[in-house]
Amino acid sequence: MKNDILTVMWKERKGLFRVRGRRAQALLAMFSPVLLAVLFPLQEGVGWVQSPLSLLLAFIAPLILVGLSIPDSFAGERERHTLPTLLATRLSDRAILFGKMITSVAFGWGVTLVLLAIGLVTVNVAHWDGHILLYKPSILLADLTFSFLVAMLTAGAGVLFSLRAATAQEAQQTLMAVLLIPPMILQFVVFAIMGSDSGKARFQEVLGAISFEQVILVIVAVLLVLDVVLLMAAMARFKRARLILG
Amino acid sequence: MTEAAIRIENLTRDFETVRAVDGLSLEVPAGIIFGFLGPNGAGKTTTIRLLLGLLEPTDGRAEVLGFDTRTHATEVRTRTGALLEHTGIYEHLSAEDNLEFYGRVWGMPATERQARIKELLTHMGVWDRRKQPAGKWSHGMKQKLALARAMLHRPPLVLLDEPTAGLDVMAAVAVRDDLASLAASEGVTVFLTTHNMVEAERLCAQVAVIREGSLVALGDPDDLRARAGGPRVEIVGRGFNDDALALLRARPEVTAAEVYGDHLAIDLHEETDTAPLVSLLVGAGVAVEEVRRGKASLEEVFVTLMEEER
Repeated sequence: MKNDILTVMWKERKGLFRVRGRRAQALLAMFSPVLLAVLFPLQEGVGWVQSPLSLLLAFIAPLILVGLSIPDSFAGERERHTLPTLLATRLSDRAILFGKMITSVAFGWGVTLVLLAIGLVTVNVAHWDGHILLYKPSILLADLTFSFLVAMLTAGAGVLFSLRAATAQEAQQTLMAVLLIPPMILQFVVFAIMGSDSGKARFQEVLGAISFEQVILVIVAVLLVLDVVLLMAAMARFKRARLILG
Repeated sequence: MTEAAIRIENLTRDFETVRAVDGLSLEVPAGIIFGFLGPNGAGKTTTIRLLLGLLEPTDGRAEVLGFDTRTHATEVRTRTGALLEHTGIYEHLSAEDNLEFYGRVWGMPATERQARIKELLTHMGVWDRRKQPAGKWSHGMKQKLALARAMLHRPPLVLLDEPTAGLDVMAAVAVRDDLASLAASEGVTVFLTTHNMVEAERLCAQVAVIREGSLVALGDPDDLRARAGGPRVEIVGRGFNDDALALLRARPEVTAAEVYGDHLAIDLHEETDTAPLVSLLVGAGVAVEEVRRGKASLEEVFVTLMEEER
């Protein structure tokens, strides 16, 4: 099983964004995360490493990167008619599923870590005051955990949408819409609450009552549960007999 | 290995209200190229998927290399190579990487894998282009690459779903030649679906004909031709007229006589002396240039079988 997963990963790694037409899309998609990793540290200075601002990057980067690569890996493989041949081999369903998911998650998470490092370098270069600035340990831990769980969440959801979509593009669009709409609604609700003085006061009261660590723990717990549920669903649905007829 | 590479008993597969494979029973002897013939939608691709254990039969069973496809599908897939209806080639990968990947899938050691890739690509005359992305290759070359992939791990059985479909004449001939020489040199059993009768006639030691999922004929191509068509005489010449044809059709040994341009095809009940027939035609004013004995082509047999079923 381990060797089979590594074999699938070898193929997936070679294929990441090498499909015609996908490279430009990937470069375009990288624009926002890279901008975040450079502009925010430039503007915020020490705040970038001391406040939860970098969590925004830890959310957006894996979402975009895994959100592009997973549909390409699953729906794209079916769209390009290479899936039946892969299914006609001795590889187990799980080896194919895990090989593809791990590659995509490793890619999305790995690039996110690089972007966080770029942010750190940027803030040190732009705001050098004689000593090296580092992420606050709790922030760094939150960044690492949060970005990994978002990558897993996107991968799990991406597999499920890919199994239902006719094309990789359709899967990407549906996935992005579903994953981006809840944070946008949340943002809208927060702005609406903050619009009135009483709402703003109540909101600040709630925020003052809970610590950053508590908020992060709740988010991590929710993400963890969602990740497990989606992974189980993906394992249940990624079956040869179903895929060959898809 | 068992004596029969494939043993199918009453194999049936339904898709909702459609019966794709209907009580199919046949045996494929080991070491031959077996042609599985049928028109589009006859159930050929479904049969291949059933044999690979990718689909479960609704009824009946199939045994491939001694393994039940329902209970031992992984064992079946481990010992077979397949070229399905699409080549399954990763176009962004080089030809070499395509084979490298599948070599790893089959668990071939690195040195054996590399030697085998070189052997196959050299055999097919594409070794020099191994570093190119497969997407830049012609359809015929991709088909060759897919054939190489199916043969890569030296499986005792290869399942090929219309390997020359969509190829031009030269590419089809090249793929057919590669298939014939590889099958002969490696002693592999080949289960080949096709609706190309010329291909079946040239390559296959045995053929099965299916229509709407059911078997309608099974045997070697010569037997099928003899069974369906009987002996035939073809005459090339000029001046085939109605009187000559009427005289010919009145002869007891003649079952049919039809003119196709400058050809006259005469179907006979049994092998007989053709000299009286030629004399009769000459006497009726026909200028005879050439006389050939023969049998119905497999294509004619196929058409007859399809029409009989209707």
